[in-house]
Amino acid sequence: MAQIELSGIERVFKLGDSEVHALQELSVSIERGEYVAVMGPSGSGKSTLLNLLGLLDRPNAGTYRLEGRDVTTLSPDEQAEVRRTRIGFVFQSFHLVPRLTAAENIALPLMLAGIPPVERHTRVAQALQDFGLEPRAGHRPEELSGGQRQRVAIARATIMRPAVILADEPTGNLDRSTGQDVTHLLEELNASGVTLIVVTHDPVMGGRARRRLMMEDGRLLQDVREPAPA
Amino acid sequence: MTPADTLRFATRAATGYPLRTALMVLAMSIGVAAVVVLTALGDGARRYVVNEFSALGSNLVIVLPGRTATGGLGLGNLITSTPRDLTVRDAEALLRAPLVTRMAPLSVGNSEIAWGGRLREAMVVGTSGDYVDIRAFRMAEGSFLPREDLGRAAAVAVLGTKLREELFGSDPAVGRMVRVGDRRLRVIGVLGKTGQGLGMNTDELVFVPVATAQAMFNTNNLFRIIVEARSREAIGPAKQQLEDIMRLRREGELDVTLITQDAVLGTFDRILGALTMAVAGIAAISLAVAGILVMNVMLVAVTQRTAEIGLLKALGATGRNIRLAFLTEAALLSLAGAFTGFALGHLGAWGLRLAFPVLPAWPPDWAVFAGIGTALTTGILFGVMPARRAARLDPVQALSRR
Ligand SMILES: Nc1ncnc2c1ncn2[C@@H]1O[C@H](COP(=O)(O)OP(=O)(O)OP(=O)(O)O)[C@@H](O)[C@H]1O
Ligand SMILES: [Mg+2]
Repeated sequence: MAQIELSGIERVFKLGDSEVHALQELSVSIERGEYVAVMGPSGSGKSTLLNLLGLLDRPNAGTYRLEGRDVTTLSPDEQAEVRRTRIGFVFQSFHLVPRLTAAENIALPLMLAGIPPVERHTRVAQALQDFGLEPRAGHRPEELSGGQRQRVAIARATIMRPAVILADEPTGNLDRSTGQDVTHLLEELNASGVTLIVVTHDPVMGGRARRRLMMEDGRLLQDVREPAPA
Repeated sequence: MTPADTLRFATRAATGYPLRTALMVLAMSIGVAAVVVLTALGDGARRYVVNEFSALGSNLVIVLPGRTATGGLGLGNLITSTPRDLTVRDAEALLRAPLVTRMAPLSVGNSEIAWGGRLREAMVVGTSGDYVDIRAFRMAEGSFLPREDLGRAAAVAVLGTKLREELFGSDPAVGRMVRVGDRRLRVIGVLGKTGQGLGMNTDELVFVPVATAQAMFNTNNLFRIIVEARSREAIGPAKQQLEDIMRLRREGELDVTLITQDAVLGTFDRILGALTMAVAGIAAISLAVAGILVMNVMLVAVTQRTAEIGLLKALGATGRNIRLAFLTEAALLSLAGAFTGFALGHLGAWGLRLAFPVLPAWPPDWAVFAGIGTALTTGILFGVMPARRAARLDPVQALSRR
């Protein structure tokens, strides 16, 4: 049984009279621990797919099974629970809470999960150490560089030890070398067994993934399993 | 999310936007402070008047001749078309009521007073020695009228301080003989300054024994009788006892009117109490306005923090988590406003007391509770709508907002 199974997914946005088919007839399955890059031109439905996978959005048709469970029919609170415990998000624009320190931002998912402060503290301290953020623990996002911000965001996405990490253009706002650092960080997490799904425009980053989903007009155009020739 | 975390999160959110928070706390606190200060003013005025009345002498029942109550056309009314005189004997009889401690008859008339070529119009009050104690007057010189048989028409007089000033100037007054009407009376005392006491100014009166006054004005009728009850609680029962005594002396018919000071006071108390309530109501409106402000500020906060709400949802926050967080924030802001207002209001009341030392401007407890309570409820009620809006935001669209 695959970790993620999408079958016959449709996502239609209505804009006045016109309809935008952001996703059409999409069926794909992803195994535990896979490293998948989602690629394609702008507007091809990559972000829509990722939001769906992260249970932030519901399909108009089709089924989504996560770890064998049909999650499209869950109640909003049950979906929130799945997001909290099984999924980690990394965004292009980091999405850190500006008034909270790096440590507090990392602790947010633990707080939402109701984990007691003592355990929270040790887990955040460990994460700060793992991601080399210890000297920045008390700094607010505006006092951090882009690379540091994204590392805080990745630390936050992994603090609940999720099964899947969804990253939408995680290096889109970073320069080449910090972008590479972030890519390496994500790949290390993948190496430890977490499923990694990355949306990217960068062919180099896409090329590093063992599997690429090529999207166009909301359809899956190609599903490439081997590393692309360099 | 535990309640403690919700509280901490909301506190960080409130302190994270200091200007916004300060303005809202200010608006809320002005409302609460207005309630506290205005009710302190109203209640201070009420207490001032009550105190002034109490200064007239405490626990008094006043007996007047004639029945002013609206009796029907009964047989009794037909027989006694004119009321019988209220006499000194009646007054003495009243003293037999067990709940009565002191009594002073009053006989009043206008006359002239002369000394050493100076002549003045003056109001003459015939009364007893207890009058000075009932009214709690202080003597400036000499002593008040002697406590003796009310039938004795001693040729003595006690002067009000202003009258003494006008007649004698810097000369000594006690021991001098003055002429009042056609009688020569010895001045035995001068009252201390009493100020204005409801209508007639005591400082301009001449006090003489009641029998002297009655002889002077050739009457047996008393103007009224002032009776002092044992305590405030005893006023009602004492009045009953006095009525019984008077009825007994009038063959079962009550042809006098008894007024308790309480009734007069009660009226003033009610009027000023109502005034205080009205003022509190007006101040409460400013609180409602502050509540609407809370709502708008929170709506702006939801818009400002749309991306944050989207993020929290992506991190697994439930709608309830977000609703509670924003509601707690609104409650915290109103709480801070309420207590700042409470402090400001007490400061204002303190200022009032400093500026008007005669005014006991303390805010009543009910007003303080009502003020703080209204602030909290409006703040929370008006916080519900923004909180629900936040909880209902679509996470994808919220996240795409920057
Ligand atoms: N909320 C929405 N309402 C209407 N149309 C939408 C909405 N979200 C996405 N779309 C449309 O759906 C299509 C797919 O959008 P999506 O954001 O998934 O593209 P994308 O592949 O992520 O593009 P990019 O590379 O620019 O991020 C686009 O045509 C977009 O205009
Ligand atoms: Mg996109």
